[in-house]
Amino acid sequence: MASEVPVLVQERTTDARGRFTLDNRYLPPLLITSILLGAHLSYGILEAWYATALSIVTAIGAELIMGRLTYGKWPHPASAYISGISAGILVRSNQLWPYFLVSLVSIASKYVLRLKGRHLWNPTNFGVSAAAFLAPATITVLSIQWGNVLAPMIVIWLLGSVIVWRVGRAHISATYVASFLLFSWVSSRLTGIPWSATVAPITGPMYQLFIFFMVTDPKTTVRSKFWQCVVVVVIALVEMILRLNEVLYAPFYALFIVGPIAMLIEVNVSSRSRAQRD
Amino acid sequence: MTSPQRQRIAWIAWTMVLVSSLVAIRVLNSQATSSADEGSGGAGGDRRFGFRLEESAKALGVDVVHQGPAFDSRLSHIMPQVASMGAAVAVADFDRDGWQDFYVTSSGEGSLNRLYRNTGNGTFADVAAAMGVADVNRLETGVSMGAVWGDYDNDGWDDLFLYRYGRPELFRNDQGKRFVAVGEQAGLPKWVNANSATWFDYDRDGRLDLFLAGYWADDINLWKLETTKIMPESFEYATNGGRKYLLHNRGDGTFEDKAAELGITSKRWTLAVIAADLLGTGYPDLFLSNDYGVSELFANRGGKGFTDVAQSTGVGRAPKSGMNASIGDVFNDGRLAIYKTNISEAGVLVQGNDLWVPKEDGREYENLASSMGIDYGGWSWGAQFGDLNNDGAQDLYLANGYVSAGERSSYWYDFAVIAVGHSQIIGDAANWPAMKGRSLSGYQRKRLWLNDGLGRFTDVAQVVGARDTYDGRAVALADLGNRGALDVIVANQRGPLLIYKNSVASGRHWIQFELEGTQSNRGAVGARVELHWKNRVQVQEVTTASGFSAQNQRRLHYGLGDAGIVDRVVIRWPSGRKQTIERPEIDMLHRVKEPSDPAQGKPDGV
Repeated sequence: MASEVPVLVQERTTDARGRFTLDNRYLPPLLITSILLGAHLSYGILEAWYATALSIVTAIGAELIMGRLTYGKWPHPASAYISGISAGILVRSNQLWPYFLVSLVSIASKYVLRLKGRHLWNPTNFGVSAAAFLAPATITVLSIQWGNVLAPMIVIWLLGSVIVWRVGRAHISATYVASFLLFSWVSSRLTGIPWSATVAPITGPMYQLFIFFMVTDPKTTVRSKFWQCVVVVVIALVEMILRLNEVLYAPFYALFIVGPIAMLIEVNVSSRSRAQRD
Repeated sequence: MTSPQRQRIAWIAWTMVLVSSLVAIRVLNSQATSSADEGSGGAGGDRRFGFRLEESAKALGVDVVHQGPAFDSRLSHIMPQVASMGAAVAVADFDRDGWQDFYVTSSGEGSLNRLYRNTGNGTFADVAAAMGVADVNRLETGVSMGAVWGDYDNDGWDDLFLYRYGRPELFRNDQGKRFVAVGEQAGLPKWVNANSATWFDYDRDGRLDLFLAGYWADDINLWKLETTKIMPESFEYATNGGRKYLLHNRGDGTFEDKAAELGITSKRWTLAVIAADLLGTGYPDLFLSNDYGVSELFANRGGKGFTDVAQSTGVGRAPKSGMNASIGDVFNDGRLAIYKTNISEAGVLVQGNDLWVPKEDGREYENLASSMGIDYGGWSWGAQFGDLNNDGAQDLYLANGYVSAGERSSYWYDFAVIAVGHSQIIGDAANWPAMKGRSLSGYQRKRLWLNDGLGRFTDVAQVVGARDTYDGRAVALADLGNRGALDVIVANQRGPLLIYKNSVASGRHWIQFELEGTQSNRGAVGARVELHWKNRVQVQEVTTASGFSAQNQRRLHYGLGDAGIVDRVVIRWPSGRKQTIERPEIDMLHRVKEPSDPAQGKPDGV
C-alpha cells in the first residue's frame, strides 16, 4: 500500500515519539506482517500462501529491477514489500496470475505515472483498483472479517494507531475515520439503511489496511498537514457518493480519483510559487 | 548513456510493462469467463455431445411448485434470503416394483409434500397423501427442508427420514403400502433446524445410523423469535450454527445420539453432508459442507470415533460458503473427489467452487476445480456427478441462483456491506438492510459440465437443453425409464420441479448395479464398486444423501462408451467382504446380493 515508507526523522526529537528507537521505515512492514501472520495463524485467511508469496516476490523483484535500471542504484525494498504483501492480502482470486500482475502493475505505476519527480497514485491502490475494475469475474477485493472475535481487531487498531502516530500520520487516519463515520451516518439518513449497516465496512480488515497503510502513504499525499486532512475528508465524501451508487470498492476508487487530483494541484501550485519566487 | 537518457528509456520500457500488464489482466479475465461458456450457442447437443435433455415434468404427470415458508415478521425485510431453502428431492424405489420413485418437499406452512410413484408406463402419480407423507408442514412441527431414504430396519423397504426447520420425523415403510410416523418412539431430537442428513453405517454393525446436521441453532424457533440476534456471527468464521446429531441405530427401532461421545461437536452452519470412505479405511467418513466457514472432514476411526482432519488434509483451510457435497471419480483412476459448491458473483465475491481431489498419498487433497474448469457456477447449490452421455466419464450437473426477484435490481451491494461487518453487526437480523424485492444472484444460467475424461470439463447446458433460470437447489440423478440413461430431477426454490429427460445417442453402452446386503446393511449403503474396462477403473460408492438436500437413485450407473466388454467388477461390501464379478453382461441392470461366501459372486441379471 504505502509506496514509500514514512521517514519523518525531523519529528522525532521533541516529543514522546523520540523514545522509540526502531527505525521508522521498518514499522509499517512489521505491522502489516504481524497482521498477516496473526490473521493467518488464527483464522487461516490465506487459501494459498504461495499466492501471497508470489505477490511479495513480484513487487520486490519489480522494484529492484525498475529502480536499478531507472536510477542506477538499488532501492530499499521496504515499500515494495508493503505493496506486495498488501496486494497479496487484498486480492482474492482462485487464479494465480492476479497476484503476479497486480503487484507488477502496482510497482510499474510508480515508475510510469509521475509528475515532476513524484508519483501520483498510491501503487497498491492503483493496482487493486485497476484489477477490480478490469477483472471482476476473477478478482475481488478482501471484504470479509477475519474471525469473529473483537480482541484481535482492537489490537490491530491500537497497534496501527501507535505506528501511524509514531510516523506522524495519525491525523490523517483519525480524520478519515471521523469522516467515514459522519458520512456513513449521512448515507444512512439518505437511504433509510440502519447506521449499523452503513458503518459495518469499517470494522473489516480491508479498512484497517486502507486506513493505516494506504491513505497515509507519504509519497502520494500532499505535504501540508491541514491539506492532508482536507484531502481525506474529500476522499470519504467521494466514497460516500460512490457507496450511494452501490460501488462496493468505493474507498479504493475514491482514493484513486481524489489522490492524484490533490497531488496535481499541489505540484501545480508549488511550480507557480517557485516561478513567482524566481 | 546519461542519466536523463537512461531514465527516458526506462520510462518507455516501464510504460510498456504497465500497459501490457493491464491488457493481460483484462484478457485473462475474459478467458476465465469464456471457458465456462464454451459449447454454448451451438445446436444439436445429441450429435455433438452424445445426449440431449428435454424438460418433461408436466408430460410425465409431475406438476408441483415449491412453496417457501414465512417466518417471524421481524425477519420480513430479509425473508427471501432466510427462507431460501427447502426445495428438496430424494429418489428411491419405495414400493420395490423396479421403477425409481421420488419424494419432493415443500416448505410453506400447510403446503403438501409429494411422493411420486413411477407407474412404469412413463408417468408418475402423487401418492403422498394416501401413503401418509404429504401433510407434514405445520407450524407446530416446522416445515420440510429435505428427506433421505434408508432401510434402517433392514426389512428390504426403504424408510423415509424427513428433516425440517422443526421436529425431525421418521416414516417407517410398511411394505410399500403406507408410511408410519415413528420418530417419537425412535427417540429423535425434539427440534432441529436442519438442512442436511444422511444414513450411513458408521460402525459397520449392519444397521444404518443417521447423521443429522443443524443449520440454525437448535434453540431458535424461526416463527417465534425471542431475539433478532440469530444470524451468523461472521460471514466466513461462524460457529454459532446448529449442533450435529449422530443417531446410533440400536437395532430395536430406537436411536441414541452419540455425536459428542464420538467426537463431533461442531456448531457450524452445515448445508450438506456426504458419507463415504474418503480416506480408504473401509469405514465411512463424513464430509460437511458448511456455510459461513470452513468445511469439516470427520475421519472415522474404525467406528469408534471421529476426528476432524479437514485442516491437515487441506479441505478445510479456506472458509467459504459451502452448499453442496457430492463425490465422483472424475479421472477414472479409482479416486473419489469431493465437489463442494460456493458463491461466485462477478465483481463482488468470487469464492469459486471446490473440487477436492485426493493426492497420491491419500493424506491430502488439492483443489483442482479451477484447472478443470468447474469453479465458476454463480451462486451454486446442488450438484451431482453422473455419466449423462454414457461415454465412460462422470459429468457434473449444477443448480444455482439464490433469489430471483426484481430483474433489474440487485441486493448484492447491501449484502456485501453487511457481510463484512463485525459479529455484533452481522449477527443481528435487525441490522440487515431490507431486500425490497431485489434479486440476489437471481436468474442464473445452469451448468452442465461434460467431462472429457482427461481432466477438462466443458459447459454444455445451453446446447443440450438445460436452459431454465429458476433458483435451483436440489439435483438428483435417476434412470426414471429403466433405459440405461440418467435423467435429471431439479427442485427449485419457490419454483416448479423440473425433470430433464435424457436421450442418449445410440451406440453408447452402460451397466448398472443394485446391491443388497446380507451381512452388511440391507441397502448396501457404503458399498464400493470398482468397474474395470478398457484399462480404466471407475469407482462409485452407494450413498444416501448426496449434493444439496438430495438423494440419487441407489443403483450405480456406469457409462461405457463404445466398449462392448467390462473386464470385471470388484465390490467391497460394507461388511468388508470383497466380491469380484468377471465379465458381467453390459447394457443391463445387475442385482447383486452379498454372498455369504466371498468366493461366490455370480450376479443375478434382470
